[in-house]
Parts: sequence; structure tokens; C-alpha cells
Amino acid sequence: MHTVIEAPINAISTNKDASQVVVAGRNVFRVFSIEDDAFVERCNLRVGKNLNLNFSAADVTWNPVEDHLLASAATNGAVVTWNLNKPSRSKQELVFNEHKRTVNRVCFHSTEANLLLSGSQDGFMKLFDLRKKEVNCTFSGQSESVRDVQFCPHHYFQFAAAYENGNLQLWDLRRPDKWEKMFTAHSGPAFTLDWHPDDKNWIASAGRDRSIKIWEISHKPRLLHTVQTIASVARVKWRPSRKYHISSCSLLVDHNVNVWDIRRPYIPFASFEEHRDVVTGIMWKNDPYVFLSGSKDCTVYQHMFKDAVRPADRANPIGIDTNVNGDLGLAFSDKLLVAGKSQTGSSMLPHFFRSKGPDRSEQFTMASSSAVIFESVDKSTGLEWFIECATRYQLSGKSVEDLCDHNAAVAGSLNKHQVAQTWRILKLLYGGNTATPCPPRTVSVIGSPAVGEAHKAESEKVNLKQQLDGHLVQDHNRSTHTDGENKDTGDTSTAVSEDESDAESSLSLTNIASGQVNQQGDFFFGDGELETFDYPVTMANMDSMQDWTLPTEAIPLRHEIQDRLDSPDPLQNATDSPSSANESEFSSQAFGNAENATPMYNLQAIPFASQNPPWEFSHLVCDMLEYFAEQGDVQTSVSVLIILGNKMKTPVEDQKQEQWFMAYLELLTRFRLWGIANEVIKLSSHRAVASLNQQSTTVHTNCNKCFKPLTRAGWLCDRCKALTSTCSICHLPVKGLFAWCQGCSHGGHLEHLREWLMTHKHCPTGCGHICEYT
Amino acid sequence: MQSIIEDGLRWLMADMPEDRTLRDEKSLRFFLALCSRDQNSRSHALENISRALDAWVDGYGSPQEAVYHNNHHDARIQPLDRKPLVKELLPDLLRFSIYCPFEDVRSKCGALLLDLQERGLKIPRRVGRGPSRFIPENEIVPVDTDDEETQMLFVDAFLQNNRLEHIVQVMGYHPKYLDSFLKTQQYILRGDGPLPYDYRHYIAIMASARHQCSYLINLHKTEFLLCGGEETWLKGLDHIPQKLRDLYEIIKILAHRPWLISKNHIEKLTRGNDNWSLAEVMHALIIIAHFHAMCSFVYGCGIHPEIDEENGHTFRPSSSSDSEDNHSSSNSHSGSPTSTDAAAGIEALMERMKQLNETGEEPTQEEMLARFQKVESQSLELEAGKSQLSPKASILCYVEDPSFGYEDFAMRGAVQEIPTFRAQDFSWEDQGYSLANRLYSDIGTLLDDKFNTAYNLTYFTMGPNTDVDTSSFRRAIWNYIHCMYGIRHDDYNYGEVNHLLERYLKSYVKTVTCYPERVSKKDYDNFMRGFKHSEKVHVNLMLLEAKMQAELLYSLRALTRYMT
Repeated sequence: MHTVIEAPINAISTNKDASQVVVAGRNVFRVFSIEDDAFVERCNLRVGKNLNLNFSAADVTWNPVEDHLLASAATNGAVVTWNLNKPSRSKQELVFNEHKRTVNRVCFHSTEANLLLSGSQDGFMKLFDLRKKEVNCTFSGQSESVRDVQFCPHHYFQFAAAYENGNLQLWDLRRPDKWEKMFTAHSGPAFTLDWHPDDKNWIASAGRDRSIKIWEISHKPRLLHTVQTIASVARVKWRPSRKYHISSCSLLVDHNVNVWDIRRPYIPFASFEEHRDVVTGIMWKNDPYVFLSGSKDCTVYQHMFKDAVRPADRANPIGIDTNVNGDLGLAFSDKLLVAGKSQTGSSMLPHFFRSKGPDRSEQFTMASSSAVIFESVDKSTGLEWFIECATRYQLSGKSVEDLCDHNAAVAGSLNKHQVAQTWRILKLLYGGNTATPCPPRTVSVIGSPAVGEAHKAESEKVNLKQQLDGHLVQDHNRSTHTDGENKDTGDTSTAVSEDESDAESSLSLTNIASGQVNQQGDFFFGDGELETFDYPVTMANMDSMQDWTLPTEAIPLRHEIQDRLDSPDPLQNATDSPSSANESEFSSQAFGNAENATPMYNLQAIPFASQNPPWEFSHLVCDMLEYFAEQGDVQTSVSVLIILGNKMKTPVEDQKQEQWFMAYLELLTRFRLWGIANEVIKLSSHRAVASLNQQSTTVHTNCNKCFKPLTRAGWLCDRCKALTSTCSICHLPVKGLFAWCQGCSHGGHLEHLREWLMTHKHCPTGCGHICEYT
Repeated sequence: MQSIIEDGLRWLMADMPEDRTLRDEKSLRFFLALCSRDQNSRSHALENISRALDAWVDGYGSPQEAVYHNNHHDARIQPLDRKPLVKELLPDLLRFSIYCPFEDVRSKCGALLLDLQERGLKIPRRVGRGPSRFIPENEIVPVDTDDEETQMLFVDAFLQNNRLEHIVQVMGYHPKYLDSFLKTQQYILRGDGPLPYDYRHYIAIMASARHQCSYLINLHKTEFLLCGGEETWLKGLDHIPQKLRDLYEIIKILAHRPWLISKNHIEKLTRGNDNWSLAEVMHALIIIAHFHAMCSFVYGCGIHPEIDEENGHTFRPSSSSDSEDNHSSSNSHSGSPTSTDAAAGIEALMERMKQLNETGEEPTQEEMLARFQKVESQSLELEAGKSQLSPKASILCYVEDPSFGYEDFAMRGAVQEIPTFRAQDFSWEDQGYSLANRLYSDIGTLLDDKFNTAYNLTYFTMGPNTDVDTSSFRRAIWNYIHCMYGIRHDDYNYGEVNHLLERYLKSYVKTVTCYPERVSKKDYDNFMRGFKHSEKVHVNLMLLEAKMQAELLYSLRALTRYMT
């Protein structure tokens, strides 16, 4: 229910039984009676021949005792009383021009109908006696402007005043010379105050510092509650018969009337959003469910409490945030906790903050909430690993498998098992291929130091391809068994023949590897699976196995073998190779079924491997690199790219490569790993990247007079318009070597100086320094 | 080889503009190291400076002439002139030798200057004496004042701005105010805020250009360059981003007829692609109002250009014009309360103030309104009828629509459309403060402090008389300024303005507020005869603040209306 008036409203007030309301503003002064469904105008007080400023009110108040008496405060400092019972058209009764400045508030005594108090900008409060038609007494606020005065409803002689400097004062009517109590309530002006209707010792104040404060004033004033609002508060009014509820309206920006429960100061209990401009007055209708409000948008509303918006209902019950260390804070309502308790993988620290809700007696449901802080235990969330990896990775200077090994060890030591594993796989895939570009490669393959890997890899590929998974599963028991056995054979075979031992142990190693992997839940070491398994899935599997360790026994063994591999006679191998083409099939067949891998068939794996058409895996590697890059680990991608170089058959898109490199370099520079960044640039096969450190390789020398960098030439300063380093002997610019004395800073052409100092001791400039030339 | 060098040099020389209107950043920064509180680093900086100057003047290595002796067969090479650089720095050096709160810097810079003079360089001489045209130098607070508070503030200002501006020195009369002034200026120009630094200074330039205040323009050109602003912008409004240009309309209106600003202006800014955020608008508005008001102060106190500004120094030897300057300043000793007629003026004023407090009869409301209108329209008669100065081209490039000027509020075309601004409906303390603080945190508090200090500042003196309650006089001035901008305080009896402010004072106030560029020394000497210079500066401070508040009130109201 509302009515529209022609001008902005500055203040409203209701009569004793709240059946009528007076609405006042600069250009409006009317009385409405409140009917069931409408406001009906009863009279217009702004009538007369000359409507001067006395008819414009900054504040208005209705006498709480006499129903026909009104008082208004004009902006020009006049206090005007109005008598509705006056028979004439103009109801204006008395005008007091006592104040020098604007009167901010007028207030009738709650029981004494003839006492009117005013507070003004000029720093005075005056008590008018309407019977005597004069000022009864004057209270001085020590030249601070008074923003609000209110009689205490419980105590006949007491009233309170709010000041522009933020102070609140309590006065006794009988002592006009000095206040009773004074305390600073707000920083910045206090705009309004209101006595609690029931509790004698409570008073609420609000001001420009965007807070509503509730004070207990019985002895020493004590702050009980603070409500933070979003804008300066213009008015506050307690809600009748609700001890903890107070309504407020803002001076600007916020157009709502908010009702707060002072025990929950963060979110309004209810808010009324009807007005389109700032609300200037609130009056409760002696009823906690109905109130009136007037606003600058020229409307008066009667609000019913049931129409209120409850902001709390719309509030989000969960809050979450993280800090820089990766710790996670989570606050949630306990109601939600009952629904489902989910835990994350990280450990929950025993930080439970249980904010206990205050006792609620009225409409509040018991609410409590918890705050939890999860602290990340995973140390690797820090970026130490990145720096470690960057510094310890080797990217060049050795064979591919050495590099892979090294890097795998680095990654492993930093608990980056997935990355370590990747390196090992790459070692398998690329380790031997260095010198085998085309099929008839037996000789060269075996001749190369990496032959073991090549064999192992290729043969395993075939094996895995041809064997069903079932076979391998069957192998579980066996492979653990062979584990030890193979070690034996590995040892013994060294004595037998270098070729044999090589092939055999390498195969047995693959057995170990694949077998163990199978034990660890379907993970296959090697490449065959790359075809049957989705790559990321296998990676994920591996992730989950926290303490999965690679068959560490295999690694040292392999190294031993490699050492011995350097010696074999290539010719010997060459003779072997043609014969074993057929057997290779057998061997691969037999491999799965055989209870024990014999040295014999292992040996035959070599020729098979070399003859088998190469399996195309590089697109898988590409996928893998992309996967890493997608995961944000460009480090691995870039390092692999560098190490593999052009061995990748299906190279990663140029653009993508460049992006990775750039991203990695950016990271490196962020960590100030300039040296490594430069190494990466140098090793990059990508043209755009490689040319990075070849740009702006110029270092400008500075002018020796104005310190400006010499950009144009090394001997001419643009600024000084001078030659910079002239030779002290010939006075021509020195363009090449400039020899200078460290004692006197003079110098010149090397030749000239040498000549000069052959015959002279002193500096050629005549500075008197005895220069030394050695 | 010789000819190659020679060619290179010639080409190089040709490449460089002969008279550089803009100094590059290096040159501007040359003395920056001096601005330090630590005496050691200052003396270190001084040493570096003197060494660099030495090198420039004398060259490096053996005496310069040697070049030509040894190569006399090639006489075509002319001696290189390294001096422009040094020359460019000399005014700065001169400035430091006079206006620096640090004694060591002053003396060392002075010694350096003398030294350079001995070596045959032409040394500049400052034009005009002291920071102000209107106030004799010996009556201004000296840079090495004994007053500790003022001295501290001078040091602060020096460190903030890398110079002790003339404005600051003139404000030194009122250290209490200077303190909050410096804090505010520092905050809006260099503190946290939504606008980039170069924008802030450019807005300052645009705002000052509206009143043709070359003093402030030059100061902020320098600051603008030091903030890394783009040099091309300084060529004029045609070279700046559209976003800044959009602001110009508001700058223009606020400078002369702030009552015309409406929410549409704000809306225009905040709409569109490259739009302004409300916080940015707020910041810009405050900078604009600040510098418009500063213009009034600069003109009102007749601030001399800084020494390192173009017309702040001269290389001509001192001549008759100088002595003339001296002559005039000593001649019109307006500060001395010797003339009986001046003393009588003060007496009369005090008498009237007394009367005012005693008169019991209250004027009717109608009379009050009539009085406001009377004051309003009376100010019409006080037309500062002096010929309008035609602005210089260097300023004109920052000005659009130069003919737009102040128009009396009472003469505004449609009286109905633009009603009087009621101070009670939108006041700084209530709405203004809250809005400003909301959009640009802390600024409200700073401005509030500044306004209050300016409004409440009093020493209870009037000329030679002490123990005078000057509040009614101050309020009259404050409200008179607001009145010229159409802001009406309901609770003020505008009769007091006519009662207390004599004609010369009103004319001065009006000229300084509305047409600051037309203020002359005569105006300054004529108003408030018999008052001390510090009191006249006080009036100017109130002018500054009242004008700023008026502009802010109008613009903040527009902002509020836009937001609702």
C-alpha cells in the first residue's frame, strides 16, 4: 500500500495511535489518514499566500500526547508548530527563530505535551515551552553541530543527543550547563539515535561510518552490538516488542529499509525493497508487523512484515577459499554436513571452528556452521620440484638412453613417478634407434651401444602384441620366480658369451618388468600396451600407486650390460641375424607359454627384433607429450622434445612446440633459471625458439659523460653530441681497443699509448699521474 | 676518416631539434637524487651532479682545444657544443639554489652555479622575486623558516614533488592547512586510486588549461613525463585517447558553470566500449575540481612561474625591467597597516560584525530569499570588465571551445530548469562524503579534513587586532562563493554578505573564483586593505576550498542521480 506525493519527502511522523501520518519535505507538507487499503489526505499544511521556508521541513514530529499538535524543523533554522484544530486554513501556530543554522531534529517530550526539544547545526539544543511560547532553556554542544535529539521514553528528565563529531551525549533537563555523560560513538558524524522502547538502558546510534551501534548506558557506556551496513545510515528505529530488532535506512546508494537482528549483524533479518530512492523516514505502527516509510522518491509506503525479503534465505551457505600454499578453507552450514560427508584425499587437520550460534528464541532456527581448513600434505604442490628438475635434468651431451636414465632417476627422486616412468619408456622406445633408420640394420644395431634396449623394446613389443593379456596374467607367479632366476642367469651368462648374456638378460629383464607390472594391477611396462590401452588411463593408474617402485634391480643390471656391450664384434652378430627370421615367430609364441625363459630362445629374439618392421609408436609419444602439456607440465614435454630431437617420426606441430617452449622458458625465467633457459633455447630444434637468444645480443656501452647508452655508435653520444672515448694522444675516437690507465682513467689507442709510455712516464693528458704500462 | 666522423657528427646535430621544448625524461630526472631525507645520500647525489656537470662543461680528457691543435690541417671541424645539455639543467640548478628546504643543497647548488659562471657559462637569473607577484619576498615564509612544523611540511612537500613549489611556500603561512592539503594532493596524484598515473596528470593539465594556468600546466607536464606518459599526448587534445577526450565536456562545464552538469554526462562516460568505471569517474572528478580550484589560488596569489619553467628564468643580464619589478613591489606596500584609511576599514568591519551579533530583529523569509537573489544578482555588477586575455597557443592545444566561460548563475537562461542548489538537500558532510568515500576509499576523509581545516581555520586576528571572532566573516566569504555557483544555504542570511564584504573584496572574490586569469595586482592590493598578507592568503585558501566543494557538490549530485 502506498501513495505518491508530488515532491521528495524529508521526514514522516505518525500520531499517537498511528492512524494518521504527516509527510514533510521541502515542497510538501501533508497529513494523511491511514485507511485499510489507502492513504487518504486529511489536510495540506502547505497552504497560504507566501510559502516561505517555514513550510519546508527537514524534520517533522507529531505530539505523542496531543493529537492535534505537530512540530516541524525548517532548514533555515526555524522551529514551527502546527495546530490541526485551528479553524483557519493555515494551521501554522508558532514560529521560533531561535537557531542560527539549520535545525536537524525536533522532538516532543513523551509525556509532557508542551515540551519541545530541537537540535541544530549551530551546536545548540533548545527546549521550548509551548504554553509560554518561549525557550525554556538552552543546551550547548560546544559548537559541535547537533544531528539528533531524542527524549528518553522511560525517564522524565533525560534526553540524548548525537553530534557531528561522532559523540553521543546524555543530558538531564534540570542541568542545562553540562551533559551527564558523553562518549564517542562513531568516527565521523553520528546521524541518528533511538532509545530502546523496552530496555531502559539501551540506546542505538548510527552514522556516516556505516555502522549501527547498540550501547548500554546504565553505568559506563558500553558497546553491546555493532551492525555493519553498506552505506551511511540516515535513520534507525527499534522494532516494537522485538527486543533485538532494529530497522534502518541509508543516506544514499541503498534504497531498502533493513530490519536487523542485532545478534546477527552481517545480514539483514528482513529487508523491504519497494522504494526507488533513499528512504528518509521510518515509523512503526505500534505493531511489530506494520510500518510506514517515506522516501525521496516521493512515495509513502505501508509495509507488512510478511512482504519482507529475507536476505538470509538467499545467502550461500558454503564458502570456500584457498591460500597461496594450496591450503583450502571451507565453511559450511551444519545442516549440509548431515546430508553427506565427503572427504578429500588430503588430510584434514584438526582445525575445527565451530561458531556457536547465539541463543535464538524467536523466528530463528538454530544455525551453526563449521569451518574446516585442509592443509595440503603433498609437498610437491610447491614448485621446488620444478626447479630441481630444471636444474638436474640433462638434455644433451650423452646418448638418449643415458639421458633418459638420468632424467628418470631425477624425476624418481622427486617423487614424480609418472614422469620417471615416462622417461624409462622413452628410453625403451628410442634408446637404440639412434643409428637405425632403415630395416636392414642388424649390423649397426648390434654395434651400437644401445643395442640391448632396442632388442628388448622391439621383442617385447612383438610379444605383447601377440600374446593375449591372459598369458601375461598367468605369468604372474612365474615372473616373480624368474626374477631371482634371471638374476642368476644374468650373472652366469656373462661368463658364457657376451652376445648371449646381453640378449638373454635384456629379455629376462623385460620379463621382470612386464611381470611385475602385471602384479601391480594391470599396468604394463613397455609399449605394446600403448596400443591396447588408453594412454592417459595407464598414467592415471600409475598415479594411484603411490609407492610403486620400478624394478630397481633391473636398472643396475642393465647398466652393467650396457658397459659390456661396447665390445661385441659386429660381424658375429651379422651372421646370426639372417637365420633367425623364422624362429622369431616361435620365440614370441613360446615366450608366453614357456614356464621358464631359456637363454636359448632369448638369444633368438635379437634377430627377430632387427627384422621386424618397426612399430609405429611416435604418434603415441606425441599424444603423451600433449597430455603432459595439457596437464601443465611443459617441462617434461619440452625436455622430451629436446632429447628426442628429430627422432620423433611424427613431429609435434610446430606451433604447439613453440608454445611449449615459450611456456617453459617463461617459467624458467620466473624462477631465475636463466642459464637453463638459455640451454633450452640453444638445444631447441625449433627455429623460432632457437633464434631467441640470438636477438639483441648487443650490449651498449654508456657515454662516459651523461651515462646514456650509446646506441648509434660506440664512440658518439647522441645526447652530449660528443665523441665519447677519444684517444688522449691523437684525440680521435677510439673504435677498437681502448687502453686506459686504471689510476687516472685516461687512455686511448693501444698503439699510441704503448708508444707514448715507452718514452714517457706520465699520463699523456698531463694529469700528472704516473701511468704504468705492462 | 676525419671526414667520416665529421659527417656523422653533422648528421647527428641535424637530427636533434635545435630548441627542445620538451626535455627528455633523463634530463628531468637529473636532479631527482637530491630529493632525499638522508643527508648522506644528498651529498652523494650532489657530488655526482657536480662531476657530471664538470664533464659536460670541460669535456673528458685533455682540454678540448687540443683536438684542433693536433688536427689543424682539418680546420672545418667546429667545436662541438656540449653546452645545451648543461644549459638545460641550469634553471633547475638555480631553482635548487633558492627554493630548497635543505641548506646543503642550496649552498652547493649556488656554489656550482658560480663555478659554472666562472668557466664562462651564461647563468640564468630568475624572473621576479620570490614565489608571488603580489607578496614581497621578505614577507613570505622563508624556505628555512624557524617554525619547525612549517619546515617539516616544506621538507615533505619537497620530497613529494621533488621541488618546493611556490604554491606550497605561499601556503606556508598556514601550516595546519598545508598539512592536509599536501596529504590530499599526494593521495589523489600518487596514492592508490583507480586511474593510471599518467591519466591523473593529464587530467590536471586539461583542468588547468581551462583557466589558462600555465603554471600548473607546466608542473604537470613534467610530472606526466616522469610518470612515463606519452610525449605525443602533450601535443594537444587531438593526440589523446578517446577515453580522456570524453572527459573534456565535464571538465569544461565544471570549470565555468558547474550547475549544468547532469546525470547524462555521467551516463555518457560510463556507457560504451572504452568506458569509465564509476570509481574512475569519481577520481577524475576530484582531480578536476582540485585543479580548477588550484587555478584560482595560483592566480589569486599571483604565483610566479617556477624557475625552471620557460618564463621563470632569463639568461638576459639584469636590466631595467627587474628594477621595475622591485620598484613596484616595494611601492605598493599593501601589507603595512600604516595607512589610516586601511585601519579604519578594519575597524568598520569589526564594528559591523559586532552589530550583526547584536541585532535582534529577524528578517522575514521573503526578505531572506530576496537577499539571496540580491546578492546573486549584485555579483553581476561586479563584472570583472577587464579585457579577456587571449590564451597562448601552448595552452590552447589543451582547450576546446575556449569561448565557454563563467556566466552568472542569476543570468542562466532557464531559471526553472536549473533550480537553486539547496545545500541542505545535498551536503558534503552527509551525502558527498559518503559517496566519495564509497567510490574512492579514504578520499572522503581527506577532503573532509581539508574542507574543515579551511573553513574553521582562524587565528582570531584581523590585521593588527587580536582576539576577534572571525567566524561570521569567514562564513560570509564561503557562502558568497557558493552563492555565485547557485548553491544556497537555507539557514544563512545573505544580507550578511553585503553587510560584511566590501565591494573590492567581493569583486576580488568573484574575479578569482570565476575568471581567475584576470586577476591583477591592483585587485589584490585593493581588497581588505590593512590586512596582513597571511590573511589574504587565508581568504584565497577559503576560495580554493569553497570553489572545490561547490564543484564537487554539483558533480557528486549528478553521480548520485545517475546511480539511483
